[in-house]
Amino acid sequence: MSLMNDNVNRRGLDTFDWCFLGVIMAILSAGILSIYSVTNSHSTTGFPIYLKQATWMVVGLLAFLVAAGIDYHKLARFSYLLYGIGLILLIIVLVGGKASRGAQRWIPLGPFVVQPSEFIKVPLILTLAAYYGATSREGWVRRLIVPGLIVLPGFLLILKQPDLGSSLGFLAIFLVVVLTVGMKSKAFGFVILAALMLFPFAWGGVWGSLHGYQQDRILSFVDPNSDPGGKGYHGLQSRIAIGSGQLLGKGLHGGTQTQFRFLPEGHTDFVFAVFAEESGFIGSIVLLSLYIILFLMGLEIALKAKDVVGALLAVGVVAMIAFGVVVNIAMTSGLAPVVGIPLPLMSYGGSAMVVNLTALGLLLNVKRRRLSLL
Amino acid sequence: MLDTSRQANELADIQNRLIFVKVGFLMLLVLLGLRLWQLQIRDGLFYQDLARDNRTRSIVLEPARGLLYDRNGELLANNIPSFQLYISLEDVQDREGLIARLPQYVDIDGQDISDKLSKKSRRGRVKIKAGITLKEAALIESHRIELPGVVIQPEYQRHYPLKTYAAHVLGYVGEISESQLKDPEFSNLQQGRIIGQYGVERTFDKYLLGETGEEVIEVDALGYPKRSLSVQRPLAGDDLYLTLDIRLQRLAEDLLGEEAGAIVALDPWNGDVLALASKPGFNPNDVSGGISAKDWQQFLQDTRHPLTNRAIQGQYPPGSVFKIIMAAALLETQTLSAQESIPCHGTFPFGKRVFRDWKAGGHGQVDLTKAIAESCDVYFYKAGNQLGIEPIATYARQFGLGGKTGIALPSERSGLVPSSEWKRKVKREPWYPGETISISIGQGFLTVTPIQMAKVASIVATNGRVVQPRLFKASRLRRTGNLKEEPEPPIQQLAMSPKTFAHIKEGLAAVVTKGTAQRAKSDMVSIAGKTGTAQVVALKPDGDKDKNKELQKEFRDHAWFVAFAPVEHPKIAVVVLVEHMGHGGSASAPLAKTLIEAYMSFQTTPQEPSL
Repeated sequence: MSLMNDNVNRRGLDTFDWCFLGVIMAILSAGILSIYSVTNSHSTTGFPIYLKQATWMVVGLLAFLVAAGIDYHKLARFSYLLYGIGLILLIIVLVGGKASRGAQRWIPLGPFVVQPSEFIKVPLILTLAAYYGATSREGWVRRLIVPGLIVLPGFLLILKQPDLGSSLGFLAIFLVVVLTVGMKSKAFGFVILAALMLFPFAWGGVWGSLHGYQQDRILSFVDPNSDPGGKGYHGLQSRIAIGSGQLLGKGLHGGTQTQFRFLPEGHTDFVFAVFAEESGFIGSIVLLSLYIILFLMGLEIALKAKDVVGALLAVGVVAMIAFGVVVNIAMTSGLAPVVGIPLPLMSYGGSAMVVNLTALGLLLNVKRRRLSLL
Repeated sequence: MLDTSRQANELADIQNRLIFVKVGFLMLLVLLGLRLWQLQIRDGLFYQDLARDNRTRSIVLEPARGLLYDRNGELLANNIPSFQLYISLEDVQDREGLIARLPQYVDIDGQDISDKLSKKSRRGRVKIKAGITLKEAALIESHRIELPGVVIQPEYQRHYPLKTYAAHVLGYVGEISESQLKDPEFSNLQQGRIIGQYGVERTFDKYLLGETGEEVIEVDALGYPKRSLSVQRPLAGDDLYLTLDIRLQRLAEDLLGEEAGAIVALDPWNGDVLALASKPGFNPNDVSGGISAKDWQQFLQDTRHPLTNRAIQGQYPPGSVFKIIMAAALLETQTLSAQESIPCHGTFPFGKRVFRDWKAGGHGQVDLTKAIAESCDVYFYKAGNQLGIEPIATYARQFGLGGKTGIALPSERSGLVPSSEWKRKVKREPWYPGETISISIGQGFLTVTPIQMAKVASIVATNGRVVQPRLFKASRLRRTGNLKEEPEPPIQQLAMSPKTFAHIKEGLAAVVTKGTAQRAKSDMVSIAGKTGTAQVVALKPDGDKDKNKELQKEFRDHAWFVAFAPVEHPKIAVVVLVEHMGHGGSASAPLAKTLIEAYMSFQTTPQEPSL
């Protein structure tokens, strides 16, 4: 991409932007189609779920445009404030949130429920980017401990809900950003050593804080075939759905695993299994490739960002979405325990949809402003 | 600017490290791609099978059981639609709760349910109750949510429109038992199959069964059927036409009434069983409809033994009806001629004992005809004493005693024809000549079944044709729709002189005209017969025959009457046995007469066009 090109397309969208948007739209379409396929055959009353998701998609795309439009440097200035609001919302959730299956994750807001653990991710990325971008952070205290203390309350509040998946996602964003910023080797070595030593204690604490069904899910991951009707049921049914799709898939509405409800939660956490069953290996590889293209474009934006804030912002967004994609597909295909992480841009859920599209809007924001100061 | 340059350095560092982030992500995504290849391509067929097993259920389609008709096409057994209650084991989480709740809606004992469930594994369907009412079915359907795994399936149920009539012949059906499942005879049948358990239902099960079909249906995760994938229709069993004439059968059973006993009527020429009655009886509808364990126990413990088919399983001393065989032995061995007469003074001294005639003063001068007609005991004491046990046993066996007739019904008994060899083997004692004297008038160790005596009557009626009593007349084959007549059983001719039979027949005719069975005399048809009174020796506190009337009923003698008619050209052979009714002449002979007259009237009145 030449300088010329960028200048010419300053106000409009260039080829890269269109490609970026095209990939996003393709993934969104696959998601809505899968949700349509699962929920349409089930008797539902009221507004169909796939149309709800489409509505959230429109809202998300508006958020995308807003996030792409406002200079990210301005947003970075409010990052601490936004993160603070996010933490307050997480506290509200714990105090008076709406419970579902033993976890308190939602705040009712008129006809909707919002999930603060999703919404706080963007402020987290902005905060980390702003922190490392403000002045050069020297020494491992400034490079690791201080940002760690920023992340910790959010991580703990989400874990307390409990929402293991989201809290791990929270941690993942932090780790990838820290890794990108880089450590002085001594400090890094110390951290690794400390982490290894603290691991058994941390594991005990984490394990104890999990709910029974979460512990069951992780245990059943060890041998899902042992109890098909019980703990490993979701994982096994999901693998059957994906595997039985074979090369070409069973076609829209043709997936027996999902259409006959052997696979629960087909429109949320297990939407990938629905897609893979009905579109086969070809479809799932195309989808996986779309995500790869999206990540590569995101990392390309990070590489070409004009400053540290922009680069880390881009890396954080890619880390957030990539974590969701990798863990979700690993979980549905039986490579990871069923921890309850939605597939970004595909699983049903308004909060996640708006947050993910906002984050992608920030990516485009970084890309479009890389030459603005020259 | 220093800050700017440090920023630039920082940025360059970050840009350098991005490659690791990129490679890391790519490796993870490639790993996922490989995993998808593994699941969808390498193991795709395996998971396809799992998905199919998940969603398909195979349902056995029960064939309609073949129908049963009598010889004139009168319906004896059919199938009616009914609701069957099943429990689908995979769908039951809380067994105890279900066992507690189900009896609220269905008339069933909780213990019965747990018994039925305890035997079986955790998979598949178990039939809990057959023939639940429409009301019960509706109650269950409306409480479906509380009763997960409970399935109501409309199926055919065996029905016997004549209720108790011919129950012992028809038998009943029931679910294949655990032990039957292990039996190679039933090796091709699955659990839950309804098979014949008694009577012709059992003996001709292979004709009646038909072939099961199979339907493969697609179900969702809750077990609700979505659509049918394939159907292999069941093939109904063949319909059977029995030799029974149900009009005669009904009459025979009505004649016995509340008394315990048996009546057998045969066509003497081909062995067709026209009637085979046994009382007390039962209603096969009660048993076939999945009887409860408690009722079944009660049924088995009934002291009147309603399940016993007395016509083929009841073993009684023949009493004086055995004199028919004695007469044949006498004449054939030329021990006595028919004309020779013997004086009878009412007693027969033998060693230290005195055998008495049933008639205190005796019968005077007695020849064979008179001896049969008046059932003179002394005549046959003497004859038996001269013959000895071996010839008696030999002729008894020639007439088919001591062996099964081979009628196509389960659990036929063979009775007992004693001989000196038998006694040595079984009793470990020698044969005493005095025992021969008892045998001569049909007492002692000798026992026979009513069907055997019917065979004896047939042999005499036809001058020595030995036929096997048969029940299976014809079948309508389901595959072709054709009516297939069963070949008549082979006939064997006894090597005895026609004169012998002529003399015996003369005697038997005299029994009715001027002898012990004058109550069987008919204006309509000539009847020949022989009365018998079988002593219930073992039970009687005292051997005195004359005190029968004062005795408690269970110690009274059994009344026999063996007959055929018309004498000149016999069309029917009949045996009547009524337990504890005393003399055959008074108790049994009138029943035989009524039956014979009815049968003769069927012959003259035009038959309804049916078969």
